[in-house]
Amino acid sequence: MSVLIIAEHNNRELNPATLHAIQAARQLGEVAVLVAGHQAEAVVEQTKQVSGVHHVLLAQAVHYETGLAEELAPLVVSLASSYSHIGATATAFGKNLMPRVAALLDCSQISDLTEIIDAHTFVRPIYAGNAYATVQSQEPKLVLTFRATAFDAAATEGGSATVETVAAEPAQNLSRFVGRELTQSDRPELTQAKVIVSGGRALGSAEQFNRVLTPLADKLNAAIGASRAAVDAGYAPNDYQVGQTGKVVAPELYIAVGISGAIQHLAGMQDSKVIVAINKDPEAPIFNVADYGLVADLFTAVPELIAALDS
Amino acid sequence: MKALVAVKRVVDYNVKVRVKSDGSDVDISNVKMSMNPFDEIAVEEAVRLKEAGKISEIVVVSLGVKQCEETLRTALAMGADRAIHVETDETLAPLAVAKLLHAVAQSEQPDVLLLGKQAIDDDANQTPQMLAALLNAPQGTFASKVELNDGEAVITREIDGGLETIALRLPAVISTDLRLNEPRYVKLPNIMQAKKKPLEKKTVADLGVDVTPRLQQIKVAEPKSRSAGIKVDSVAELVAKLKNEAKVI
Repeated sequence: MSVLIIAEHNNRELNPATLHAIQAARQLGEVAVLVAGHQAEAVVEQTKQVSGVHHVLLAQAVHYETGLAEELAPLVVSLASSYSHIGATATAFGKNLMPRVAALLDCSQISDLTEIIDAHTFVRPIYAGNAYATVQSQEPKLVLTFRATAFDAAATEGGSATVETVAAEPAQNLSRFVGRELTQSDRPELTQAKVIVSGGRALGSAEQFNRVLTPLADKLNAAIGASRAAVDAGYAPNDYQVGQTGKVVAPELYIAVGISGAIQHLAGMQDSKVIVAINKDPEAPIFNVADYGLVADLFTAVPELIAALDS
Repeated sequence: MKALVAVKRVVDYNVKVRVKSDGSDVDISNVKMSMNPFDEIAVEEAVRLKEAGKISEIVVVSLGVKQCEETLRTALAMGADRAIHVETDETLAPLAVAKLLHAVAQSEQPDVLLLGKQAIDDDANQTPQMLAALLNAPQGTFASKVELNDGEAVITREIDGGLETIALRLPAVISTDLRLNEPRYVKLPNIMQAKKKPLEKKTVADLGVDVTPRLQQIKVAEPKSRSAGIKVDSVAELVAKLKNEAKVI
């Protein structure tokens, strides 16, 4: 059996999120990776060195440059006949593209899977991670998205894949890319970070959110996350949101500051190795999952914590 | 322009579901059901577009058991014009839902199709993309801003690193993110009015779609439980624990 993984990239670098899908796919068979883009040779160079990749397919066209699902889906479908499984990491890119591919193939899809039982049987979370369903597919072809935090990343070295250029499909021109506005940050990427400092509504304002959390995150070389309440209140940008409807993270250390711990937030972080909660409400549900809880006012506790880390 | 909005009846977002003791499924008997929150946002957006004069008619559709009528009445009370209920007791997977919505769209011929980005029960995040594929229409998923111009929808999407703007040729499928809007509360007079709005019944057979499941749910289990740890008394103790016990800093 062979598996086709769709690479996520910006035409210069392979997104590390793809490494998790590659590693997961190795359990299913020989792995091929499709790099569809425009002037994306650098991505091919990186991808062929990824451990476990047998084959890299390169499809180049201007209409693949920005990753529009309308353009990429017909390309993936044109290659599908050689593969038993087709997948991607369950990022915004993978979630956008794969169901379109699945429908064009008239196949169902298994989303955000966290465990591979065998080639047809998978485990995935439902109801915001409050239950895990084991699903078996009778489809001739399986379309999958993999939850990044449930699988290790494939090593970026040690591979020696063959590279083949494949023909581009004609442009669909159903949609047009207008622009992208990325949040500027020198911090580690949220879904890849080893330490995350996350803030909730108790921070009170965008200014205090930054003033309190930034020095702590700097100290720990951590990414900054936020609860939905903090994002909705405008304290933090949308792409900081951790939860069922935001990002799913599983760092070594997750520090929840002023976060009560609603079901939707827990869905995004309860697989973290160590969870610390700082909250002044001793009844907050976050304490039910925290390894270490500190009942204290965050405005005094966080500066104290920074000072203690200094000493 | 006409908008078609799909709504799903799901377990209320505040309910913490339990797995049945036989592990066959989650137990949703006697729990509170509501409109999927993302679908509420889709209805709200359609109503706002109508109020802005961009859309002339809003048709809302739901697929499933008899009680989906309540969900449709809620959408009508929010401002949708008429409803279609495709009644079935089958559990419908996203691909089946997309095919049924495709069939409805073929008879209704909407210019804009609005759906929530995911249902909070199956968390699949598939139906809008599948529907777009079947219609050979463009898709604007995870939308946090929607503008309708002549023959084009301009969508701001939430992506992992920030925001992205794309323009879609109409008809287009749009899936809503939480940030798109704040759904309105329905007032009693609107609920009364909604009872008089048309609600058409259809069956799966009317639409000629095969909804036989292709995925089998073998079992459902509780997540690995994470138990509460300890409460520390001071920041100093916390740092000591993180350094010496957990060894994460």
